[in-house]
Amino acid sequence: MSDHDYRPKSKVGQWFNDRLPLLTLANHLTDYPTPKNLNYWWTFGGILTFCLITQIVTGLTLAMHYIAHADMAFESVEHIMRDVNYGWLIRYIHANGASMFFLAVYIHIFRSLFYGSYKSPREIIWILGIIIYLLMMAAAFMGYVLPWGQMSFWGATVITNLFSAIPLVGEGIVTWLWGGYSVDNPTLTRFFTLHYLIPFLILGLVVLHIWALHVPGNNNPVGIDIKKPSKDTVPFHPYIVIKDGFALLMFMIVFAFFVFYAPNILGHADNYIEANPMVTPAHIVPEWYLLPFYAILRSVPDKLLGVVAMLSAILILAVLPWLDTSKIRSAVFRPLYKQFYWILVADVLILGYVGAMPAEGLYLLIARVATAYYFLHFLVILPVLGFKEKTLPVPLSITEPVLGGSPNLAAARNKESKIE
Amino acid sequence: MKNLFKLFSIIIFIITSNSYSFAAEKAEYLKTDWSFKGLFGKFDRASLQRGYQVYTEVCASCHSMKYLSYRNLAEPGGPEFSEVQAKAIAASFEVTDGPNSDGEMFTRPGKLSDKFVMPYDNVKAAQAANGGAYPPDMSVLVKARGGGVDYIYSLLQGYEEAPSNVSLDDGVYYNKYMYGNKIRMAAPLSDGLVEYGDGTNATVEQMSKDVTTFLMWSAEPHLEARHQMGFKAIVYLIILTILVYFSMKKIWSRVESEV
Repeated sequence: MSDHDYRPKSKVGQWFNDRLPLLTLANHLTDYPTPKNLNYWWTFGGILTFCLITQIVTGLTLAMHYIAHADMAFESVEHIMRDVNYGWLIRYIHANGASMFFLAVYIHIFRSLFYGSYKSPREIIWILGIIIYLLMMAAAFMGYVLPWGQMSFWGATVITNLFSAIPLVGEGIVTWLWGGYSVDNPTLTRFFTLHYLIPFLILGLVVLHIWALHVPGNNNPVGIDIKKPSKDTVPFHPYIVIKDGFALLMFMIVFAFFVFYAPNILGHADNYIEANPMVTPAHIVPEWYLLPFYAILRSVPDKLLGVVAMLSAILILAVLPWLDTSKIRSAVFRPLYKQFYWILVADVLILGYVGAMPAEGLYLLIARVATAYYFLHFLVILPVLGFKEKTLPVPLSITEPVLGGSPNLAAARNKESKIE
Repeated sequence: MKNLFKLFSIIIFIITSNSYSFAAEKAEYLKTDWSFKGLFGKFDRASLQRGYQVYTEVCASCHSMKYLSYRNLAEPGGPEFSEVQAKAIAASFEVTDGPNSDGEMFTRPGKLSDKFVMPYDNVKAAQAANGGAYPPDMSVLVKARGGGVDYIYSLLQGYEEAPSNVSLDDGVYYNKYMYGNKIRMAAPLSDGLVEYGDGTNATVEQMSKDVTTFLMWSAEPHLEARHQMGFKAIVYLIILTILVYFSMKKIWSRVESEV
């Protein structure tokens, strides 16, 4: 791990560390040289770790009181809300925590897209991240089913039914997933089991994600390789720890606002109606963080192709390091890419909006155009841009633009500070 | 830094406007000032007690409230009846218990630990007695409707003569706030329907407000505790954030870089 030799000061420490080098690991983590120009967009990694731990701790507590049974799940959630000490607090933190988790992960992903963090030599970090994101979506979806409200039940029905689009074996797979001929008690119990399992898979992948990060080190807003350690870096502790901590506290204020003052605003009212297989809600909508993909799914008239489009929209991200042909990482020095980047951000927000609307008329048309553009961005614009774009000159080190080495760099620095 | 704030506010705006967009499709709801909204929102105790009276004398003949117990009526943050009053309320209901040592079910007066007695034995019985429509359980009703308290408050006052182009079946009524405007529940309130013990004039508007307040409490019995803790938590976080900010400035002043 760490290049420099580390030896604990005490005899006991040395004895222990020779047998299990935990102290070397701790030393590596505190000394870890980090680019000193990381801006606040880089704090979301720490925020996400906080989100994961919060979800696991609150989730474990909820699982002690929750009953995974179709006849009792809804009631047990009400029991948590009413009779368990601070049950309302734990449940609202868990429910809103999912939204906060996704808010943070979207910022984290889009930060990576802006600064080209997915490019060589960080492809594995990026792919691990995409797998984590996929698992997060699975965990969130199954978690939403557990209260066994109307939206839980019908959301589960709609999403599991997607598998029926697979030719020949589709119907069989759906029956197998349900454990019966409709979403029912067996579906609930297995969703609960998986919802309990997945966070620990995510935790393991997060360790790999951070491990893979610590091999090449952090990317940075300038997007250049830096010497480590050097005057371009600061030790992780205390510099990055305090900065991450500050950003985390700001994030927690937003989080607390939702938990204490608008705990149900991100959910759907129908989920406070107990699941009823005989009554279909007027609109079946997923949680907000899945809406862009829901819009892509519905924009394709054919069911199978719709499912393929939705899955491709996520999986296409895994090959992004090879679709983006530009050698320059940071969008700061890519004037054209920067514009397309913001168009993509707008495109995804539009997809999210139409995903919440009924799939008809103008909404459907917008969803189709936005879906087409989404794929156009990754499959055509990015590969072509790498060859066509005239990039700005890139500084040789982080300190160079700060000290103003050349006139071009001063311009680059201006651009950079605008983003921060 | 500024951009981060901007992004947060944009995202929050988009999220909230999305969830409101469903409610916006329907008629504008009647507005009233709810004492439980806002940073320090608390329930109006007298209104909760009156609301319970409306619920138990009017709504409870058809609508169950199965997640509430009589003890809740005396708990802090709710209507806060005295324990004696709550016991008397509970005892005024007949509860089926058993089986006893002879294997027989029997009835006894309610106790504080009993759940609210249901008007019907099951959903089928409720439907049979109400022309096929099931009067929904009211425990979390306010949270189960898009417009929340404003919707319930408006619905109770939204009964009108049907416009000439709308034909209504038997047992169906016209309500301008109901989704699709057709409702199976006859107008439940009329002026003077209940006689308030505290002398408040029982207009339809007053009763609607009281019973809706009661329903808000029944759906969120810990709302007051939540608001109180929320304020403390956020003040604490803000102070800590400020302290950490200055520590960060101090630490980073050692490097010639901007934080």
